[in-house]
Parts: sequence; C-alpha cells; structure tokens
Amino acid sequence: MATRYFGKPIRRNEDPRLLRGQALFVDDVHRPGMLHMAVLRSDYAHAQIHGIDAKAARERPGVVAIYTAEDLGDLNQPGPLLVAPPPIDGLVFHTRTQRPLAVDKIRQVGEALAVVVAESRYVAEDALADIVVDLEPLDAVADMEQALAPNAPRIHEDLDDNLAAHVVQEKGSYAAIREQADVLIKRRFVYDRGTAAALENRGIVADWDEKNQHLKVWDTTQAPIPVRNGLAATFGLAESQVQVIAPFIGGGFGPKIMFYPEEILVPWIAMQLKRPVKWIEDRQENFFATTHERAQIHDAEIALTSDGRILGVHDVFLHDSGAYDPYGLTGPLNTQCTLLGPYDIPNYYTEFSVVFTNKTIVTPYRGAGRQHGVFVMERLLDFAAQELGLDRVEIRRRNYLTPDDFPHNHEIIFQDFAPLVYDSGNYAPALARAAEMIGYEKFINEEQPRLHAEGRYVGIGIVSYVEGTGIGPYEGARVTVEPTGTVSVATGVGTQGQGHFTVFAQVVADLLGVDVTKVRVVTGDTNTFHWGTGTFASRGAVVAGNACHAAAQAVRTKILKLAGEKLEVAEEDLVLENGRVFVRGVPQRGIDLGDLATQANPLRGAVKPGTEPGLEATSYFGPERGATANGVHAMIVEVDPKTMLVDIQRYVVVHDCGKVINPLILEGQIHGGVAQGIGNVFYEQLVYDDQAQLLNASFMDYLIPTATDVPHMETDHIETPSPLNPLGVKGAGEAGAIPVGALFAQAIEDALGDVDLGGHNLKICEMPLSPNRLFELTHPEARGAA
Amino acid sequence: MKPPPFDYHAPETTAEALTLLAKYGYDASILAGGQSLVPTMNFRLAQPTVLIDINRIPDLAFIRSAEDGGLHIGAMTRHRSAELSPLVAEHAPLLHETMPFIAHPPIRNRGTLGGSIAHADPAAELPAVMLALNAQFRLQSQRGERWIAARDFFIGLFATAREPDELLTEIALAPLLPRTGCAFREVARRHGDYALVGAAAVVALDAQGRCEHARLTLLSVGEGPVDVHAVYHLLSEEMPSADVLRAASEAAARDIDPPADIHASAAYRRHLTRVLSEDVLTRATARARGSH
Repeated sequence: MATRYFGKPIRRNEDPRLLRGQALFVDDVHRPGMLHMAVLRSDYAHAQIHGIDAKAARERPGVVAIYTAEDLGDLNQPGPLLVAPPPIDGLVFHTRTQRPLAVDKIRQVGEALAVVVAESRYVAEDALADIVVDLEPLDAVADMEQALAPNAPRIHEDLDDNLAAHVVQEKGSYAAIREQADVLIKRRFVYDRGTAAALENRGIVADWDEKNQHLKVWDTTQAPIPVRNGLAATFGLAESQVQVIAPFIGGGFGPKIMFYPEEILVPWIAMQLKRPVKWIEDRQENFFATTHERAQIHDAEIALTSDGRILGVHDVFLHDSGAYDPYGLTGPLNTQCTLLGPYDIPNYYTEFSVVFTNKTIVTPYRGAGRQHGVFVMERLLDFAAQELGLDRVEIRRRNYLTPDDFPHNHEIIFQDFAPLVYDSGNYAPALARAAEMIGYEKFINEEQPRLHAEGRYVGIGIVSYVEGTGIGPYEGARVTVEPTGTVSVATGVGTQGQGHFTVFAQVVADLLGVDVTKVRVVTGDTNTFHWGTGTFASRGAVVAGNACHAAAQAVRTKILKLAGEKLEVAEEDLVLENGRVFVRGVPQRGIDLGDLATQANPLRGAVKPGTEPGLEATSYFGPERGATANGVHAMIVEVDPKTMLVDIQRYVVVHDCGKVINPLILEGQIHGGVAQGIGNVFYEQLVYDDQAQLLNASFMDYLIPTATDVPHMETDHIETPSPLNPLGVKGAGEAGAIPVGALFAQAIEDALGDVDLGGHNLKICEMPLSPNRLFELTHPEARGAA
Repeated sequence: MKPPPFDYHAPETTAEALTLLAKYGYDASILAGGQSLVPTMNFRLAQPTVLIDINRIPDLAFIRSAEDGGLHIGAMTRHRSAELSPLVAEHAPLLHETMPFIAHPPIRNRGTLGGSIAHADPAAELPAVMLALNAQFRLQSQRGERWIAARDFFIGLFATAREPDELLTEIALAPLLPRTGCAFREVARRHGDYALVGAAAVVALDAQGRCEHARLTLLSVGEGPVDVHAVYHLLSEEMPSADVLRAASEAAARDIDPPADIHASAAYRRHLTRVLSEDVLTRATARARGSH
C-alpha cells in the first residue's frame, strides 16, 4: 500500500468551511417557531429551598412556560453515573448525581432552580428576574480539608460525612523499602482549580416532530451516541426515534462529555410544548454550570538510593469533586497512574480521598488528573536531585524504563479498569533530544552564570511525562465508495477541532487510492453512525482511526474482489490509484471506483446469494488496552525580580505518540495544549471565598493566555509505534498540557534560585502561580502586611 | 447575558442630547464607545431605562491645538484617533505614550476619551493621566456650561462631579512648561488588561536643573486616580538625583492605601507602586533634562 497521505503534513479538509464561517455550530441552528430557554441558577453555594414563586414571571408577555422541579414530575431524577468505578479491593464510592432541577437543597452556586421558556432569550432572561425564590442559606464549605473536618457542613445529608470516595492501590511494599532508603524527600503539593473555558460554550437545540414521533437534537457534546441513548431511555423512546447531532464544536476538552441537566430539559420541553427550543449557555453560566477540574492536595514522599535510583513513592492525596460525582473516579485514577511517569518505580503506595465541596462539579478536563501526578513526581525528582547533588537530566535518565522493559506492568488499575501496562516506549532519546534542542548544558554552564552575574534571573526547566491514551472500549466506522467516486466515512465520535475530517480521510485515502479531499468524513450524527462512545482520553486517532482503517481495508478487499471479477484478472495484479482500480502496468484496463460502486449495486437482474450491495463496509476497533505516549518539555524563562513578571524565552517539546498521521495537526495539538497548560499554571485560577462563592466568573478576572502570552514552540517527534493497533498510533490530545506545571515550577525556581529566603531557597510546591504569588513566595515578610 | 429593556435615543446634535439629558437625567446612561457600558448592561449590573447614544453627533470628535500650545480634544474622540494623532504626540506626549496600554486595538477603535474619563474606573489609565496633566473638562447642560479641573472631577469609585443632566464634551490640556518630561508605565497580567498598578509622571526642571514642577499619579491603588502630593513636596526646588527620586517613590508607596483583590495583594501593589514610581520619575526626569 502506498502511503501518500499517512505521515504527511497536509492541510485540513475542514478548514475552508471553518475559516469562511460556513461550518454549522449549534447556535447556527434556527427552526421555525423556535423558543428560547434561560435557566434560573442559585446565587448561594449551599441553601435550603423553601419555595419558588413564578407567578409574576408566567404573566410576563412573551413567556411561554416556566418549569420548576415540581413541574417536571418523574423526569426530575438524579442523573446517571456516567463512569462506574473500577473493581479495586476496598474501594469506597458514594454516587451522588445532580437532578435536572434542584429539589429541597442547593449544593453549589449555579445549580438550576427553574427554567423559563420564552419567545426570545431577552424575554426569558427578563422573566428570570421575576421569579421569587425562598432560599435559606446554609453554611457552605469550599475547602477540601475543611470539608472533611468532623463539624463540616454536610453536603449530602444522607452520608456520614463529605467523603465521596476512598481508594488505596499498592505495588510492592513502600513501607518495607523505606527503611533501606538513603534519601527521603517529603513535601505537600497543592494544585488549584481551573476551567476549560472552551471558545464555544455549551448549547442545545431540540425539535420534536410530533407526526413522525422523532426527536432531533443538536448538542455541543463530545459523546452524541451516549446522549442519544440516554435521551431515548429517559423518554421511553426507541433509540432510532432520537437523533443527536454534534456539529462543529468550538472546543471540548472533556467538560462537554457529561450528561448535563440542560441536555434533558431542552428536549423534554420541546416535546412538551411541541415547539423547537434552543438554549445557549452564556459565559457567565459556563463558569458555574460547566464542570471544572484540577484541585488536589498531595502529601508525597520519595525514597531513593544515594546514587539517585528510585526505591519507591508514597502518595496520599485529596481530590475535590465539587458537589456531585457523576463521572466516577477517572480524574484521581489518572493522577495515581500518571504519577509513575516514564520511571521504574518498584514500590508505590497511593491512596486518595475524593471530597464533596459546595463547588461546581469536577470532571476530566484536558490532562484529567495527569497534570497533578506529573507535578508531584517531577517536583520530587527535582528536590531529590538537589539533595543528592545530581543533575536534573541525569536523575531522570537514571530512572527511566528502558526499551527492554516493555510491555511494562505497573500492577495498579487504570481508568479503563485494567492493570496499567505500558505498551511501548523509548524515553532516553526524547530527553537527550530536548536537552540538545534547548542547549541545556551550555545554558547551565555558560549562559546562566553569565546572565546571573549581570543581575538577570534566568532559569531552565526540563521535565518528562507519559500519557495514557487511546483507551477502549471501542469505536466504529463505515466507509462507502459513492457512485461519484468520492468516499464517505462515518464514525460516531464527536469532533471539537481535532482534525478528524482530515486524519480519518488520510487513513482511508491511502487504502483506497483516492485523493484525500475526495474523502468526506461525517462525525457525531447518530443517524449516520450510531455505535460508539465518544471523544475523550486522547483516543480519536487510536480507536476511531483504526476503525476507519479496518473499514477501509474491508472496502479495499471488496473493490479488489469485484474488480478482479469484472476485469478478469487476479486480485494481486490490481492497483488502486487516483480513484481507479486497474491492472498493474496497464492503466487503461481499469474501472473508476464510482463506476465500480454503481456496478456493485445492480437495480435489476440477480446477484449471487450472500452478495452485499455497494462498496461499503463497517468495522469496529477495540484495543485490548491503552497506548502510552510520552514526551519531554523544556523551557528557559526570565523573571523580572522587580515585578515578578515571567518571560518565556524558549519552549521545546519532544513528543512520542507512535506513528504520526499528520505532523501539522499534531503540532497544532501540541501548541494548543501547551497554551492551555500555560494558562492553567500562570494565568487561570478559579478563586472561591470561604462560602464557596466564585469570585472571578468572567474573562475580565479569569485570565486566559492570549497570543502575546504564548511563546513560539520548537517541537520534534520520536516515533515508537504502539504494538496494540494496526496503525501503530498513540493519542496526542492532552500531551501539550500535562507537564507544564512541573516545568514552570522547575524553571522559575531555577531562575530565582539565588534569592535567599532566610536560609533557604524558593521551593515551588503549588500551582497555579502568578506574579502576585511569586511576590508572596519571595517576600515572606510582606505577607499579611499591607 | 442580555440587557433588560431600555428606551434608546440617538440625538444628532449636542443641543438635542442636552434636551434628552435634561428630560431623563438620572434614569439615562450616555452611550459613547460602549466598551464598558454595554458589558455592564449585559451583566445587568447597569440597568439604565434610557440610553442616549451620542455617536451620531459629529462635532464631538476633534483634536485641535490651541494657540498657546495646549490641546483641545472632543469627548467622542476614539482612543485610536488619539493614539495615532501627531498633535497628541507633539503636545501631549504623556497621553501619546499611554494610549497603547489601553486595552486592545479593537477596543480602542470604539472606545472614546470622554467615555473613559466620565466612567472614572480607578483601574483605567486616562483618569490618572488627565490628573497628571491638570486637564480641564467642559461640561455642558441646558443650564449652561462649566469647566472643571481633573482633580475636582474625579471624586471617588466610578464617581465624578458630572451632574446627571450634564454632558462631557471637551478636554483641554494646558501647554507643558519648558524642560518638561513625562513617562507612563503599568504592570498588567496580560497586555491590555486593567493594570495591577500604573504610574504617570510629569517633571519640569528650571534652567538650573532643579525641579520646578513634579506630578506623580497612580491608577489601581485607590478609589480613583491617586495624586501623590508628597512627590511634589519632596522634589520641589530639589535637584532630582537618584536618591531623591527613590525617596519620592518610597513616599508614594507609603502614602497609598491600595486595595487587595484576587490578582494582587495590597503588599504587592505597594511594592509595584514603588517600582513603577521610581521608573516613571526617573524616565520623566531624564526626558526633562533632554528637552530644551
């Protein structure tokens, strides 16, 4: 097979539509007679609901309907547990999920109390102000540790305390090895909250066709098929009566994979009123009503030999779940598993407690718990290197798993319920390449001393990480050669900017010998393809990509078989190229694929028994386990000691996600991930007060890095194929974002290494940072003083 | 994030605008560039029942030099026009230096000088710059017109001396003294953000190089633009040596009562005030020495 497209940096098939504003997003959907929904949300984080009076709101001209929890009847059930916890001995998990509208009690700011449906969004929002809610504020808890205190306000009163889950996993015996350690380093690490802040907020349009008894829903979901299944189950409809379309979406990043209250309310109201209904989340709602991520507190210890070899790691952490836990334990399990990184860690004790707080629900967001694990591990190694007088690069290299160690079983359970087994990896070359690209030796030996002598605070960082990607269970694809000669590909995953329309097309185009622009990919429309699970965990290219590959392979087989019959030659003498199948060496003796497709679908006459019509095949791919990608990020920063502003001077990424389908798209994934990572570690932080009020719910105060804040990135790739899928690919979606916190901490600490803080130097054990926080950390005397 | 209903008027002359202001006064908001007002309306933080849009009044946008070397700027002059104006560059170098710090080009294309001044955001650049330059503002109403100095105009948090029936129509800047230097600097989380702290300095030297006039104003450290009076007293008739300027900067940091918020503690703001004050006073002095 010629690989004309696979591995090539070709431009994206979808871009002309996106760049010209011709792509369909949910808010572009307009239906005749469409109504608009607005949601009344709680201003309190914790409150008893005594009553809701919507009388005045109902009388406002233009208001069509108002629904409170009472009006929903049986619909108002707690939502589903989307991801059940894996089978781990002794695991404790209390499922508490949100109802579409709150009953009796409010547990977080922004929880929905009622909805207004009106002729316009303006009127709907006016009517929200007419609704009188009798709420009795309760003492709220924002802090994870306070939430576990014996006298803490109880968030779910039927539980004994605010513990949502507790999990212990162990490999080897840390306790036994601890005695033999030459060096023990113990630290507390804190990672605070952020939000994905996708460019497009959530949105839903639902249209119920009464005559056809068919529900059509446009939804900004990453998981259109599960949403379709959930809606059918909720409304007692056959799955074929419900169509969910996830059109172009302005960023997913994880939070769009839930089953949110609005996703039930909008379709249900459309069915009640028999009119189309639209709800578009505004930015302010997004800060409260779309899930968050990141807050954890770790107490971690590493045990090493005097030559810097890791004997074991002991980590106990808290994970903030917010008010509910609909997504199970994916985040903290990722933390547990990703902490191990590329290192050979023979003994590992890891324990976490998930805590309910009166804050927005926490679910996976790009990195999904992995950042925290990498932060803890990399920081421990940095401190160990200092303690042992070892170079930062050297201590990492000494502890890497070697190519002979794969597959490597870490013996603890990963988010896909199976033991964490790394499929393949070759870590040392990535580290060496990154160090070479950024000029690590020269910087620390020559440039840094020179610049320090000039009074400049410059520092370098270099960190490594692995990313579990491409988990199951499965995805599918249908590949069809159209009579026009174009090829249609349908798959169930949703798309939010990843480049699916191009990479899937590349895989198929190579197998069928057609131009890549002639391959038309449809994603995320349940009427076009209705099996699958969704886009998450850096799995699109791995799982759906290999399903496309399998389906295209099956179509190729059909083409060769039919063409062989038609042309009366052996299949092995046929070539597929330029949209034709022809006899090798005799290009004029062949058939255009479109004509062959037409011939494969006879309208009269007879076919052989068992013949399938057309040149079409549907295939599924389910990997036995995930594929482990890895990488190294390196950075040079300068800190202005007067203002504590940080300037990123160089940023290097060396990444290994197996075989690369499209280097251009991969670069984009890395760039976007790093940009988001920089936001997460230096600009973005959700700040709550002690009554769990979010203090910065707008882009004026929640700072997203802009183009001027994101440095030019230098990237390179190493290809260690995954043995677990025919394409040899691994996921790349989260790689850019994962190690940025660890990198920032190391580089800034290196830059400010000379600052004497009363006999000790700066130790950064928290994320995110900010100029203000760096000032506080370096001016302990100024803390508390104004 | 949709505003509640409001009545909308778009007068085409100043006289019409003043009639509407006389009629609706307290219930009305004046829509100039809308870069602050419209978001606050969408957040329903501002709920004016009447909006008077003065964008169609052509004679409110102008930049003219006065015979005495001063400058007259119409209130509806867009930020971008002031930023690119050679007259502003020549006659009001402090304003010229400050303009690029104000938000981003798309916002400066719409935002107006009068709007920023009348809005009186304590974190905005223009009130502090106007204070540093002793600007005079022309307020017109059906009752007549008056001129008011910047120091009397800014009276608190988003509060000015403008009466509800008055329209800010013009800004007058007096000519700078000979041997005057100016400088502006701010620290913001991202370029274009509201500053954590900003500082503007104007220093005029006499023929012997002693300080004849000095002004240091700050933004984001109080309820409005802050005029650091101590600087004038410390510098007056002194040779502005590095030590004197440092002492003045320390006085500035000491004399303020900065707020704390999620982006900056009071201690950090105080620290930045010292750093930025020293920077702008030093640069302004150097420029004053370099000018003739």
